[in-house]
Amino acid sequence: MDRAPKLNLVGLSKADYAAAPSTLCKGCGHNSVAAQLIQVAYELNLKPQDVIKLSGIGCSSKSPAYFLGQSHGFNSLHGRMPSLGTGALQANHSVRAIGISGDGDTGSIGLGQFKHMLRRNVRMVYIVENNGVYGLTKGQFSATADLGQSLKYAGTNPFPPIDICLEALAAGAGFVARAFAGDAKQVREVIKAGLSFRGTAVIDIISPCVAFNDEPDSTKSYAYGREHQRALQEIGFFPAQEEIVVADYGPGEMQVVELHDGSRMTLRKLEADYEPSDPTRAITRLRQADLAGELLTGVLYYDASRPSLAEASELPATPLSMLPDDTLRPSRETLSDLLAGYA
Amino acid sequence: MAIDTLVRPDAGAQAGAKVNDFSIAVATANGTGSQTANLTLLRSFFKMGIPVHGKNIFPSNIQGQPTWYHIRVSKDGFVARRPPELLVAFNRDTMHQDVAMLEAGGVCVYNSDLRLNEGRSDLTYYPVPVKELLAGVDVKGKIKEYIANMTYVGVVAHLLGVPLDVIEGALEHHFGKRQKLVDSNFEVVRLAYDWAVANVAKADPYRVEPMNATEGLILMTGNEAGALGAVYGGVSVSGWYPITPSTSFIDALRDFLAKLRHDEDGRPTYSVVQAEDELAAIGMVVGAGWAGARALTATSGPGLSLMAEFLSLAYYAEVPAVVWDIQRVGPSTGLPTRTSQGDVGFAYTIGHGDTKHVLLFPSSIEECFEFGYLAHDLADTLQTPVLVLSDLDLGMNNWMGKPFDYPERPLQRGKVLSAEEVAALGDWGRYKDVDGDGIAYRTLPGNPNPAAAWFGRGTGHDEMARYSESPTDWEQNMARLARKFDTARTLVPGPAIEEEPGAQLAIVAYGTTRYAIEEARAQLAAAGVATSFMRVRALPIGDEVRDFVARHEDLVLIEMNRDAQLTAILRDELPEFAARIRPIAHLDGMPLTAAWVLERLMPFLPEEARRLMEGA
Repeated sequence: MDRAPKLNLVGLSKADYAAAPSTLCKGCGHNSVAAQLIQVAYELNLKPQDVIKLSGIGCSSKSPAYFLGQSHGFNSLHGRMPSLGTGALQANHSVRAIGISGDGDTGSIGLGQFKHMLRRNVRMVYIVENNGVYGLTKGQFSATADLGQSLKYAGTNPFPPIDICLEALAAGAGFVARAFAGDAKQVREVIKAGLSFRGTAVIDIISPCVAFNDEPDSTKSYAYGREHQRALQEIGFFPAQEEIVVADYGPGEMQVVELHDGSRMTLRKLEADYEPSDPTRAITRLRQADLAGELLTGVLYYDASRPSLAEASELPATPLSMLPDDTLRPSRETLSDLLAGYA
Repeated sequence: MAIDTLVRPDAGAQAGAKVNDFSIAVATANGTGSQTANLTLLRSFFKMGIPVHGKNIFPSNIQGQPTWYHIRVSKDGFVARRPPELLVAFNRDTMHQDVAMLEAGGVCVYNSDLRLNEGRSDLTYYPVPVKELLAGVDVKGKIKEYIANMTYVGVVAHLLGVPLDVIEGALEHHFGKRQKLVDSNFEVVRLAYDWAVANVAKADPYRVEPMNATEGLILMTGNEAGALGAVYGGVSVSGWYPITPSTSFIDALRDFLAKLRHDEDGRPTYSVVQAEDELAAIGMVVGAGWAGARALTATSGPGLSLMAEFLSLAYYAEVPAVVWDIQRVGPSTGLPTRTSQGDVGFAYTIGHGDTKHVLLFPSSIEECFEFGYLAHDLADTLQTPVLVLSDLDLGMNNWMGKPFDYPERPLQRGKVLSAEEVAALGDWGRYKDVDGDGIAYRTLPGNPNPAAAWFGRGTGHDEMARYSESPTDWEQNMARLARKFDTARTLVPGPAIEEEPGAQLAIVAYGTTRYAIEEARAQLAAAGVATSFMRVRALPIGDEVRDFVARHEDLVLIEMNRDAQLTAILRDELPEFAARIRPIAHLDGMPLTAAWVLERLMPFLPEEARRLMEGA
């Protein structure tokens, strides 16, 4: 006899948070992010019907179809998910929004909408599954690709990358984090923190493209991520099939983890004195890490003082989408009163 | 000779009095506050019970460029543009071209500080010594400049016979409770009026007399009327980006929402977000529509171009959205402050692939209000974008109209399933055509039934909203969307038809060209030439439009664009009648005049009718 599945506080099993099987490449970092989203939703006892999933266009943007099948979702337009999400959340601010974007979707075609969403502080966990390459169109550089990087299709990249986290900080985002897709525990923790944030929580997840950008010299490759990741927080690793558990270690300590293929990743826990409340420090650390060729991960910046757009709009408790008709249509008397002023 | 003070009593005086039937053009510089003076004149005529309409012919500029305001005063209620008989020449830069435009017998009231050469002897001149008149007024600098225009209000009031208390009433209407402004402006009006009474001998035939033809009517812009209609249609979310001539639509929307839409705690039951561009503006609208709130944006041609992408998505993912396109002249930036009907073809199929959209064509403030709420009913019912194609002329100018009827029909929210309904249905599918009308059932985010969820997408999908590249799924879905469009034909407003027995010609039009056409038809009728008229009010067309075309062998379709865009659409939809629909298409940025319509209609009239007109 099968064991009954373990249920969480809202009576759901982990399977209740699953969705259609992924059509992305095997081993794609995006799949592990989807898996962690399922885990997080389960652990946080979220009701799927209280969540909306939003995305733009690209490999990453397909992935909302692969988690939380009982949530409404919208796979929208390339680079335009922020505006769609803004409208949806002004219409219904009672739902939690999970946005999935990619480096092309956010860093190129959608950079404007991304930054304006941050200005407005729309309440959404905004995940950028960042692999520095256009997968669906077979391997062009994206705006986050490294300077001097070589790709079979695209040749050598002559331009410096756009750093999603720096852009987010410059736009006034109150929650800026970076994680490595292969680091399941860290991915989970930053998503959990992001879900509790009152505005836009930007999570830049380095998510290697196994098909088009896994050259060892790319900062978005597995090999690079494993060797160069410099974590600001405790961390784990979750390859496509099997989870690797990291033994507990103290603040500021290093941990070397051996992975399935024998490669090694050096982890460093957040220094005890790192204080994520200073945006200048966050920018400096990102710059320093960049110069050192390191991948800085963790929650880089956190400031919950700014209200969300819905809060700043002073929206009523009942979402606009659920207002009764007699609230939506003013009374007959108001119309005649108002028109009297035009006679 | 000091021409500044010369008054010629001869020209025009011999003609009989022309009462309540003329046009005035006021020429000033942009940004000098002339709008207040012009609206004061407009409202004064309106308050005297005389049918009136004002058109702002303005430059794409903030300050200093020439601007004109045309006021049509018509005892017969005609409100189309008509070349002016009276000119108020208060702009040095355009003075000579303005005077040159007047027909013989015209009247020129001018600022004599500007040294106009009264070269034409076939006009009546009234110089106004503005500086001298303002010398005794106790205001300084910029304000003096603003109220200087009130001098022509006073002189024109005297010349035409507008009582001063009517002017004061109009100023009170304009400034509301700001009594100081009423007083300072009225002081100048009175000064100029008194000066004119003492110094100006009336030497032209134009004057006004009180009527009661505006009793019970209102005066409002189309943008205000449309925004108000949307508020009574329950609009709750707007994303927008400023663009002339649609900005005043959103300004009005925000004003009306602030007045009318609050909960018990005083919280706004709406959200208006100024977007970073039109891509985001329509994105917010589509997002809100998907989430279940009534949402709109207002824009004009260049903005509509940017919205193509989201409108294609909203058509295919079947999301309600309302777009007010206040048409200006394109292509490209075009003439940003001039009117047109140039977006019809683009709007009808906006988006790549096989897209078709519901369009509404308001022609009056009453229709702006009605379509204001109807657009949301249609968008919700059909789960698709609805585009309301207004124009600059209607949107930004003041028009008379009947006070709007309160919408009697409850909000039509369409096929939205509750949690209980989802449970009762069992296996519902977002894109299943259960009722055979092409309209499937939808659920909204936040629906507490976990089975209510569906995944919206612009990619190929099956009836269950699952990703699908199946040729059958694609074709069946697109066929259903075409079926839905056929359902739309039965739901959109039908045409306004005036069919005359023995009509020699049938005229088809849409939107604001109606006013010049109606005036031209009246002149034809007066000469004994009967015409029929169909004003198309929406696309896609339904049976009424088709039957009208089928009943008339001789049709002309008048529209304000170069390429006869609606003509092309009707010919395409009614191929069997394509040859009988003949276009009169024209666009120069100015609203049509009856004289132009008549001239262009002549070649289409039968020989006998032409003779009648030539005799008239």
